[in-house]
Amino acid sequence: MADLYTVNKSPFEKNSLEDVIRFSGEGASILFIEDGVYGAMAGTAVSDLVANATGRKFYVLGPDLKARGIAEDRLIDGVELVDYAGFVDLVVENDKVQAWL
Amino acid sequence: MSDVKKFLYLNRRAPYGTIYAWESLEVVLIGAAFDQEVSLMFVDDGVFQLVKGSDTSELDMKNFMPTYRTLGDYGVRHLYVDKASLEARGLTQDDLIEVAWEDWETEEEVDNIVEIVDSGQAIGVFEESDVVFSF
Repeated sequence: MADLYTVNKSPFEKNSLEDVIRFSGEGASILFIEDGVYGAMAGTAVSDLVANATGRKFYVLGPDLKARGIAEDRLIDGVELVDYAGFVDLVVENDKVQAWL
Repeated sequence: MSDVKKFLYLNRRAPYGTIYAWESLEVVLIGAAFDQEVSLMFVDDGVFQLVKGSDTSELDMKNFMPTYRTLGDYGVRHLYVDKASLEARGLTQDDLIEVAWEDWETEEEVDNIVEIVDSGQAIGVFEESDVVFSF
């Protein structure tokens, strides 16, 4: 078992995503929510942060992605789309939740 | 009113995650209503405000994207977008909404007032503005 990390800040504005990748352990799940969803986009100046992170699973909250007009086909390969029920499943499946603001 | 000033609204925050984008839009509409010359500049995460296809139906939040499309009707003349900010986010002009403008008196029309500028052009816009509001 491992922890679920939520990231709700844009990676272009804050280094929360970078820190979460640095401080999360092997097997961690990292979920992008709110302005954090921009961290799941492919082809940006910070995409490599996620693309190069090994041993972690990445998820993005669909409704927050839709609100920002980011289509599913723009996600970095391997990032899984979840809905609110999927968010709850992740909370239940992991030991605890760490919200990195 | 004879004393028309050039107002520039600088937007540097992403929409929805914080209230900045929405507050900026409200103040823009107020400024435009007072017949001032209003332009907007989108820099950093502010460029995300103009990404088209926004759907907030699952968020319980107002989708204010349609309001941007009406800015031309309120007399907003320019929406400048910083090229470097756009490129850093993997975006192009094709990802952005289009905003039309028409002068009701002269019937002059512009199909799209969303304009991508480099930093040199942006400096010119900042310099020629009388007032800059930052959001």
